[in-house]
Amino acid sequence: MDEALLRSLTPAVLGILVRRGADFAAAEDAVQDALVEAVRMWPDDPPRDPKGWLVTAAWRKFLDATRADTARRRREDLVDAEPEQGPASDTDDTLQLYFLCAHPSLTPSSAVALTLRAVGGLTTRQIAQAYLVPEATMAQRISRAKKTVGDVRFDQPGDVATVLRVLYLVFNEGYSGDVDLAAEAIRLTRQLFAAIDHPEVAGLLALMLLHHARRASRTEGGRLVPLAEQDRGKWDTRLIAEGVEILQAALARDRLGEFQAQAAIAALHADAPEAAETDWVQIVEWYDELAKLTDSPVVRLNRAVAVGEADGPRAGLKALAELDDSLPRYSAVAAYLHERDGDLGTAARLYVDAAEKASNLAEREYLTRQAARLNN
Amino acid sequence: MAKYLLLKHYRGAPAPVNNVPMDQWSQDEITAHIQYMNDFADKLRSTGEFVDGQALAQEGAWVRYDGEGRPPVTDGPFAETKDLIAGWMIIDTDSYERALELAGELSAAPGKDGKPIHEWLEIRPFYGNAPTITE
Repeated sequence: MDEALLRSLTPAVLGILVRRGADFAAAEDAVQDALVEAVRMWPDDPPRDPKGWLVTAAWRKFLDATRADTARRRREDLVDAEPEQGPASDTDDTLQLYFLCAHPSLTPSSAVALTLRAVGGLTTRQIAQAYLVPEATMAQRISRAKKTVGDVRFDQPGDVATVLRVLYLVFNEGYSGDVDLAAEAIRLTRQLFAAIDHPEVAGLLALMLLHHARRASRTEGGRLVPLAEQDRGKWDTRLIAEGVEILQAALARDRLGEFQAQAAIAALHADAPEAAETDWVQIVEWYDELAKLTDSPVVRLNRAVAVGEADGPRAGLKALAELDDSLPRYSAVAAYLHERDGDLGTAARLYVDAAEKASNLAEREYLTRQAARLNN
Repeated sequence: MAKYLLLKHYRGAPAPVNNVPMDQWSQDEITAHIQYMNDFADKLRSTGEFVDGQALAQEGAWVRYDGEGRPPVTDGPFAETKDLIAGWMIIDTDSYERALELAGELSAAPGKDGKPIHEWLEIRPFYGNAPTITE
């Protein structure tokens, strides 16, 4: 059975239940129960109309639950309301769910968890494994999130930017446990891309595809491989072509946003057959655009690296000198630029410092190895 | 069965025998060290003795309640003199002797010139459950 197909139906089914009058929390539980049942029953008895099957099953689960814990009267009211299918399309339902799960009243971790469950159709257990927290903790996080958005009306338009931030967070988590969060984020972003016409949605999808295309080359035996040393033969050219095409269509509409600018930088890297052929001058220009859009110090740190490649390490160090040296990865960038400038002693010291400040083990190992390379 | 915490320190433990920092090792020596640590954890998983293993970043601070309506007091980042835990492994073994044997093996991880580091590790038993049958 195609579990991805099954999960792609989740938001529409949930949307239909909510539109029929079920409250969001109960509807979400009912859809989860229906998904579990589908996984159990479909292999032996595949339905002709998977979505219809899921709607019927989820609605029955919802009524059972309602019968179990509230008055019969309410259930009868709801049964009466059932025929009201409403004019809204599946696309609208799906979109509303994205907005609801990324609602500004939710913390980022709650929005991520709720999106993966209600829109993505993942089980609480899978989400807990992916984020390395106990299942009971994740269950509580999701249940509180559902309560928080319980009173949000389902018919108000939301802010696409909040949804994009949530999807970006999911993508960046990569993958651990048995759930590939990067692939899941791409799937959810594709679904959103199909539901709404927005250049930044296209920008984020392109960005994800272009980064995902390099995944096979990004590590080797658990070790980080920096962009310049990656085996470009391992890059997924199909994903790159798709990402570039989506990006070009978005850029042509002349409504630039940060995800489109980031994707443009990723596309320029993808475009270089060898690291030495990278168009760093254009990359610096895109970082300038990005800095205008976000004013983020992290962007300016990355820009300093690009300046170092385009105009030489001295120019890079000069750009770096304008930034706060407590920024994450500042030491790593400084080490790299000093090494390129030929000051190996300073570079080695800075790599050791950068390793001590690294926020993950893979980076710490990589930076320690850089120091060791220069010290030996 | 009893659980033990094996604690590794960035600072605060007595100096190991092979006391050369990793940034002075060769690439192969680093690879060999990491391989040894991974193999060790894998072995404990296969024997059913592994519970958990985590590494801690070097940055952190001490923090303390400073009274109603006031923000907590922090003291940090850690001064150079302070004990600094680098990470831990939790194991579940049949005996204290087995836990010691495993801690010794972990301490033998190779460092500079491929020779064992002889790193000092702290071993701490967890409190267990009160037994059901006491008489």
